[in-house]
Amino acid sequence: MIIVRVEPGPLDAAAELSVLAELGGGALASFTGIARSDTNDHGNVTAIELEHYPAMTLPALDALVQDAFARWPLLGCVLVHRTGLVPVNQAIVVVGTASLHRAAALESTAFLIDRLKTGAPFWKKEHRSGGSAHWVEARSSDDAAADKWGQ
Amino acid sequence: MHIVYFASIREAIGLDGEQADFPENAATIANCVAHLLARGSVYQAALADRSKLRFALDGHMATEDAPISGAQELAIFPPVTGG
Repeated sequence: MIIVRVEPGPLDAAAELSVLAELGGGALASFTGIARSDTNDHGNVTAIELEHYPAMTLPALDALVQDAFARWPLLGCVLVHRTGLVPVNQAIVVVGTASLHRAAALESTAFLIDRLKTGAPFWKKEHRSGGSAHWVEARSSDDAAADKWGQ
Repeated sequence: MHIVYFASIREAIGLDGEQADFPENAATIANCVAHLLARGSVYQAALADRSKLRFALDGHMATEDAPISGAQELAIFPPVTGG
């Protein structure tokens, strides 16, 4: 069971993940990324805008999920990413996997979010309380996290 | 070849995308970037920091030494920041 989607509207993490509990596995792991107000030094972010490359986004996310299935014995995977304007405290991304045992679920979830951050064509723009907007810079720590999973 | 731009690169160039006819000897992404830089100051400013340019050919991430042979679409964008 694989669900991969981009979502222009609000994202309900619990609802997205509920299907994973019905696959007969003993383990469900998930990660939810939330838009924060303090991603810059000023703490005045009101929303994060997500731009993406529509022709590439779903194929890139599908490829990540296929890679996870090749590495771990998974029963299911949910990967849903917001696009457009996401107010702070709302979910930007939900990743979840189900497996018979916890190690596969936990590790594959970490793998998917680490690789998504450097391999999926999304770009964040901060909208600040004064009305200005600024592109978020990529972090080298994200590259390191993605690289640690090897080829 | 169709070129598409995203995020800060899109804003700096002022276009979502455009058609570009590169000469036959433009064999790699780097060659294409060189032709874009020759268009003038807007492109030179947008593409100035080569270490922060990322590319995709027909929807697959590619490095600037990648051959463009047969590709329909070249995407140029800054490092991705999703998730």
